[in-house]
Amino acid sequence: MAETGAKPKVPKLQRAALRAVRAFSTPLLPDDYLELINPLWSTRELRGRIERIDHVTHDASTVLIKPGYRWEGHEAGQYCRIGVDIRGVRHWRAYSLTSEPDRPDGCISITPKLVESGVVSPYLVRHGRPGAIVSLGGVEGDFVLPDPLPEKLLFISAGSGITPIMSMLRSLCRRDRLDDAVLIHSARTPDDVIFGGELRHIARCFPGFELHEQHTSTMGRFAAEHLDELCPDWREREAFASGPGDMLDALTEHWEREADVERLCMERFQPKLGTAEVGEGGRINFVSRDCVVEADVCGEEAGLELPFGCREGICHTCVGTLRTGRVRDLRNGQVCGQDGQSVRTCINAPEGPVEIEV
Amino acid sequence: MATGYRTHDENGVANPLSKLSDEQLAEIGKEFDELHDEVRADLGDRDARYINGIIALQRRLALIGRAELFASRSKPAWWIGMATLSTAKILENMEIGHNVMHGQWDWMNHPVINSRAWDWDTASTAEAWRHSHNYIHHTFTNILGKDRDLGYEIMRIDSHQSWHPVYLLQPLYNVLLMLVFEWGVAAHDLDFTAIRAGEKPMSKVREELKGMAGKGRLQIQKDYVAWPALSAALSTAVEAGLHALATRRRSRAGALKAKLRRRSQRSEFDALDSFKRTYLATLKANLWANVVRNVWSNAIIFCGHFPDQTYVFSQEEVRDEQPGGRYVRQLIGAANIEGSPLFHVMSGNLGYQVEHHLYPDMPSSRYGEIAPRVREICKRYGLPYNTGPFFKQWGTVQRTILRLAFPGGKPRKKPGPWQGETFISQGERELAMAADAARSSD
Repeated sequence: MAETGAKPKVPKLQRAALRAVRAFSTPLLPDDYLELINPLWSTRELRGRIERIDHVTHDASTVLIKPGYRWEGHEAGQYCRIGVDIRGVRHWRAYSLTSEPDRPDGCISITPKLVESGVVSPYLVRHGRPGAIVSLGGVEGDFVLPDPLPEKLLFISAGSGITPIMSMLRSLCRRDRLDDAVLIHSARTPDDVIFGGELRHIARCFPGFELHEQHTSTMGRFAAEHLDELCPDWREREAFASGPGDMLDALTEHWEREADVERLCMERFQPKLGTAEVGEGGRINFVSRDCVVEADVCGEEAGLELPFGCREGICHTCVGTLRTGRVRDLRNGQVCGQDGQSVRTCINAPEGPVEIEV
Repeated sequence: MATGYRTHDENGVANPLSKLSDEQLAEIGKEFDELHDEVRADLGDRDARYINGIIALQRRLALIGRAELFASRSKPAWWIGMATLSTAKILENMEIGHNVMHGQWDWMNHPVINSRAWDWDTASTAEAWRHSHNYIHHTFTNILGKDRDLGYEIMRIDSHQSWHPVYLLQPLYNVLLMLVFEWGVAAHDLDFTAIRAGEKPMSKVREELKGMAGKGRLQIQKDYVAWPALSAALSTAVEAGLHALATRRRSRAGALKAKLRRRSQRSEFDALDSFKRTYLATLKANLWANVVRNVWSNAIIFCGHFPDQTYVFSQEEVRDEQPGGRYVRQLIGAANIEGSPLFHVMSGNLGYQVEHHLYPDMPSSRYGEIAPRVREICKRYGLPYNTGPFFKQWGTVQRTILRLAFPGGKPRKKPGPWQGETFISQGERELAMAADAARSSD
């Protein structure tokens, strides 16, 4: 089954009423008729309407979304899967929520940075329009501030890695708990700093917040060794880092060598691309409701009873859902890998490790 | 000459497949593959708009039809409501249900408009249907002894099938089947041959019967209980209101006579009777809507493979079938119905049965666009392209059903290689122009 949004939090009375009138709509749901009036009313999945799109830098935009039902809430630093229909196809991507939890207007925001070769970010940054409807998946992620709050905080980010940290900072501001925090953020130029204006404003208003912008075009890249100079008491702080993989790897190494790595919390945004050579195959995890089977050979050789029909890609009996990884269509050699996409197991082979829900 | 195909069957019918060399068949396979990939790569916004639009239209029509039937005791409202609801039910089964469950729209990665998630308003469960139709029928199309849709195991539709005295009754139960087609299809999904042969575990049969009963119960509940009761309740309430209003107006005149009359009139309004009559009128309209949908889908589906033009195949012939041979078997085993764009939408684009059998998982809205190119391929390779107007196709099917009720019978003359135009209607020309415009604007 294709990926769908989160179950919305619907008032009990409304849910009971919808159940009661199902006898009139079967096999459809009453929701399928209600969404003719307003797509946000459907309780099949949580949807949201794009309220506003603000360009924050030349290649990043903040998308403000009003969920159709009351937002379940999230913790600052978590991300949410967002589904958008582009050229007829629903694409799902995970974006850090940049809004602080419990905004009074009930809205949430994400701030995608343009990836030229991508599909979803160009759509959101360039073509997204207020009024468009998106699907909202579940909130996930353990890159969050601990409770109780540590006394001293250190944030290290680069590029769009600022997004989950921005939510944390906004939450701290709102709670007036930004007492002793340092942010070291890298971007190419001052204009490339996502939320630059807001960050500088916070630094002016909160004496306990120290902002260091590393403009890499003039100052060179930030290295872990610079910490002693930029934040001498870094070893005493709870550190939160978010950015490209090599930066995070270097930080881990540095903390392992010089400090307590337990005090470093990280968010990785690396795409889960298969690295295997074309046509080399890969390990398959078949996931069903109650078990996971790993297979190095084709699922049936591994003793699985997989649904099948024609075995030539016609009948769609064998469709499973791709959880992670990429598959190669054995008919034309095309490789694709959208998380949550339907795949016909009879005509697809893994490209590197994959997980398929059957 | 292609290996494995007989040049003529025992009745002397020439098999167009046997005239092609193995190389030609490979080329045909490649050409049809390319056409498929070309359309697949072009799918996008306009296709999504189409299916979303059809689904929204169908839901609106269903609601409008139900609302019209709130006044089902008025003759015109009954007819209009019944017709609207029939249209909605036909769209739901044919252009939406059948095609979505084929996976034609799976490329959209939509959580609901998806072969795995869709359920339809008919007696067959989605799962049983996908097996018996998508898999059995579309894989083994027109192979004698393998394709259970050749006569649906209860009819002699091809002279190769041996005669049995029970077929004498087939003209009769053919008509009955038209009326209750959805139930016939659901029963057919059970696969009685496999049950008799003990090939199907009873647990599976029980599970499927339970599924069918569930679908049946929900349909009965919806069409014969819930909506009739709602329409009856509403119309009775309105009637009672109007009645009360009328009597109060008269009483304002103040005359004792009027008062007396009011009393007598009040007893004239029988709420229970009003409720009962509306309930039955709506129930009858819903029943007829189901029957209209059954008769129409039966007619379209029977025209898909049973007209005189189509070919059947023996199991030996297809033993070593290559992809090119599969395409040609699908091509000559199916028959189209010519009609207007509206006709094609109302038949779920199964008027393009040939194209549907070549590419069962291609969005149905694309069949009309590729039909001229399929005909062009037929022309080039000297292959037949089976098509004809509705009444001609339907007529030959009914004639076959009548003739083959009796022993004997021979296949009728086949049309031979396609000699006609590549575009066979104004509708197709307009479709091609609109498609070109859509492509150039992208």
